[in-house]
Amino acid sequence: MEILVCARRVPDTSENEISLNAAGNDIERDELVYSVNEADNYAVEEALQIRDRVGGNVTVATIGGEDDEEILRRELAMGANQAVLISDDAFSGSDGKGVATILKDFVRKGRYDLILTGVQADDGAAQVGGMLAAMLDYPFASLVNSIALEDGKLKVSREIEGGNREINEIDLPCVLSIQTGINEPRYVGMRGIRQVASAPIPTLGASDLGVDQGAVGEAAARVKRVDYFVPALSKGAEMLDGSREENADKVLELVAAKGGLK
Amino acid sequence: MVVAAVRRLVFKPARYAVPAKYGKSHTPDAVFLLGLIAILMVADSMFSASNATRHLQQNQPVETLAVFSLPWMLKAAIGAMPLATLWALNVGAYLVHELTFYFLLCYRPFGIQFHVETSLFSVYFAKLERGTLKPVRWGVPDESLDQVKSFGVKTFEDFTWKHMLDFYSCADCGRCADNCPANAVGRPLSPRFITIKARDYAFQHYPVLGKAHNHKPLIGNIYSEDEIWSCTTCGACEEECPLLVEYIDKIVDLRRGMIDDGNVPQSLQKPLKALESRGNPYGKMEKKRGDWAKAIPPGSQPTNAVKLLDGKSGADTLYFVDSITSYDDRMQAIGRATARILECLGKNFGILGATEKDSGHEVRRFGEEMLFMALRDHNTEVIKAAGVQRIVTADPHAYNALKHDYKDVPPVEHIVQVVAREVRDGNVRFNPVEDKDRVYAYHDPCYLGRHNQVYDDPRDVLDSIPGLTRVEMQRSRDRSFCCGGGGLMLFYEPKEDQRMGMLRVRMAAEAGANVIVTACPFCMVNIEDAIKVAGMEGKMSVMDLTELVDRHLVREGTEKTEKLEAATCGG
Repeated sequence: MEILVCARRVPDTSENEISLNAAGNDIERDELVYSVNEADNYAVEEALQIRDRVGGNVTVATIGGEDDEEILRRELAMGANQAVLISDDAFSGSDGKGVATILKDFVRKGRYDLILTGVQADDGAAQVGGMLAAMLDYPFASLVNSIALEDGKLKVSREIEGGNREINEIDLPCVLSIQTGINEPRYVGMRGIRQVASAPIPTLGASDLGVDQGAVGEAAARVKRVDYFVPALSKGAEMLDGSREENADKVLELVAAKGGLK
Repeated sequence: MVVAAVRRLVFKPARYAVPAKYGKSHTPDAVFLLGLIAILMVADSMFSASNATRHLQQNQPVETLAVFSLPWMLKAAIGAMPLATLWALNVGAYLVHELTFYFLLCYRPFGIQFHVETSLFSVYFAKLERGTLKPVRWGVPDESLDQVKSFGVKTFEDFTWKHMLDFYSCADCGRCADNCPANAVGRPLSPRFITIKARDYAFQHYPVLGKAHNHKPLIGNIYSEDEIWSCTTCGACEEECPLLVEYIDKIVDLRRGMIDDGNVPQSLQKPLKALESRGNPYGKMEKKRGDWAKAIPPGSQPTNAVKLLDGKSGADTLYFVDSITSYDDRMQAIGRATARILECLGKNFGILGATEKDSGHEVRRFGEEMLFMALRDHNTEVIKAAGVQRIVTADPHAYNALKHDYKDVPPVEHIVQVVAREVRDGNVRFNPVEDKDRVYAYHDPCYLGRHNQVYDDPRDVLDSIPGLTRVEMQRSRDRSFCCGGGGLMLFYEPKEDQRMGMLRVRMAAEAGANVIVTACPFCMVNIEDAIKVAGMEGKMSVMDLTELVDRHLVREGTEKTEKLEAATCGG
C-alpha cells in the first residue's frame, strides 16, 4: 500500500512559553523550539504499522521552508521510506484551502492508496484533511482512532463525543485524519536522525506540481487572521480546603454532579 | 551438608522460591546435588573406615582417623565385621565414589552448582569501578560509534562474554532480589531472574544435542519492557551479590537496545525530546536556568548575586546546579542554600546559568547514549571555557556523571564533602540545633553512598551540629533503600503496588525519626511525595542537608572581609 502522510512542524507547546509579539498579531517566535505536530506523528506511526503489516511505502510530505526539513528527517529516522519538502515562495500566507490545493496537486503527481493527516495542527484549524479529500473527490473520515484493512477496504473507528466509538467502512483511496492515542509512536533518538542525515529529501515547487498560483498564497487566502491574544485568566476555580478525606469526597461529588461518573 | 539440607527442606527461606512466571523451582535440583555430595562423603568415609578396620584386623599400620569424623564413627560401627565383608565394603565404596564423582563432574554444568567453577573466573574479571557504566561497545571509541550497526543488547548473543559468564556464575541465593527496591514495591523486576531467565534461555537455545536456535529478541520473549524500565540503577543488588554479578550494565545495555529500536514508553519520550531541544527534561527555557539564584525569598539570608562564569569572572569553583535544582520551585531552595554555604565558606564560585545543560546522568542510564554524549560534550566545553579548578554540586547524580561519565573536566566534589572537610579543619561552626525535640535520620542517596562511598561525611556534618539527635535507619549506608529513583525515573510510570518512598518513610518512622535528611534533590521529591501519600504530614518531614547546614552555620556579621574569605566562616 502506498501511504502519504501530510505532516507539519509546529512550536512545541510543552517546551515553549508562548507569548505575544510586540505587534500583537502573532506569537513571539524567537527562542521557540519546534517539533513535528503531535497528531501528525501518530499518523506517521500508523502508516508505518500498516506498511509493516501489508507492505508498500510510506511518504511523508510537508509544506514549508528549509527549517521544516528537520521534521522530515525525524520521520525518515522513524522509518518512512521517503520524504518530500513542498516549498515555494508563492505558497507563503496560504489559508487552509490554499494548503489543501497545494497538497491536492502533490497527491495527483503520485499514486497513493491512503492519505493520512493529523487530526489538527497544534496551531491549526483541522480543515486541511477534509478539504483535501473533497478536492480529490476521495472519501474522508476524521478523528480516526483505529484502522483495520479488510478486503481492499478499511474499517476505521472514530471517536465520538463522550468517549463512544463508531466503526465506519471506507473505500480506498481515502483521506483519514488521525487522532492522537491511536498507537504509541516509536522513539526517535539522536542516533536515528544521524543515520538519515544524508538521505536525500527532494524539494518540489509550484511549477513542479503544476499548482495554479492564483489559488494559493496570501493573495488567494480568503481567511485572514486579524487578531491573536491570550485570554485573561477567568475566575471560577474552587479551592477545596478540607481534610484529605473531605476533599476526596467533595471532588467525587463535583465530578458526579457534572455527569463525569456513571 | 546437613545444615544445607535442613535449610532447603525445613526452613525454606522465602527468597529461594521461584514464582511460577519465572520457571520451575530449583529445590529438586538442589536436593539432588546435595544427595550426590552426601553419597561422595559417605562413600569416601566408608572407604577410609573399611581400610583402617582391615589394617587393624590384619595387625598392619593403621591410618589415623580424626576423632568424631564420619570415617571414625563408621570404623566403630564396622569394627567387628569379617575381613571379606570389609574388602567388599572397601571396593564397593571405591566404585560408588568413582562413579558418583565422574557423574557429578559431567552433571555440574547443568545444575545450580556450576557457579562454584565459573565464579572463579567471573569474580576475577569483575568490573570494580563503582558508579561507572560500560561503553556501548568495548574497544570502540565514541567517535566511531556511528559505525556500530546496532546499539545495546537486543538478543542473548548481544551480551558480552563476561555478562554471559555472570549468568552461569549466579549462585541463585536471591540476596539481590531481597535488597532490590523495585522488587520490594512489586514492580515486575527481580535482578535474580534477569540472570536465571537468561541462563535458562541459554540452555534452551543452545542444547547439548540438536541445533542452536538463537537470535530471538529478548524483550517480549524472556524480559518485558516494564521489567527493564523498572530499575532505578540504585546498585543495591550489585552491592549485595557475593559473586559480584553485574546488573546495572546489563539493564542499561538492554535499554540501549530498546532505545535503538524506538521502543520507549510515551512518558519518557517527551522529557527525552525536551533534553534534546532545551537541555532539560521539563522543556523549560534555557535563559531561565539561572533564575533561581536571583529569587531570594523574603526572610532568608541575603545572598550576594551568584556570579555567571564566562571565563573572565576570576572564580575558581563552578557550582554545577543541574536541571531539577535549576527549575523545580522546591529544589531551588537547595540551590540557594548551596550558594549561601559556598559564599559563607569564602569560595570564589559561580554558575554556568543558561549555558549549563542537564548532566545527562539518567539520559545515559536510560540508554540514550548519543543524547548523553551531546549533553556531555556541550557541558565539557562550557566548563572548560569557564576556567575553573574545581566543581562542586549538590546533586549526587550530577556528581556521579561529572566524576565518572565525563572526561577532562576539573575534579568534582559533592557539597557535603566540602562542608565536612571545613568542619574537620575547624573552619566551620554550627549554632545549636533549632529544634531540639526532633529526631533526625540521614537517608543515603544511592549515587552519593553506594556508588561513591560517601557515607561518613554527611553523618559527620550532622553530628557536628550541637544538640542534634540522630538515629540510623536499619537500612543505611551500603544497604540504603532507594527513594524511587532520580532524573528520568520521575517521569516513568511504573506498575507497582506502592512507592519506594513510602517504604523508606516507614523505615524512618520505625527508627524513631521525624526528620529525614538527605543530600539529593531527587530523594527530596520522592520522600516529600511519599510523606503526603502516607498521610504523615506533620509527623514526618524531609529536608536537604544543605538546608540544615545553611540554617545552622555560624556567620560573622554581614560584612565579609578578604581575610575571612581565606580563613574561616565565623570560626
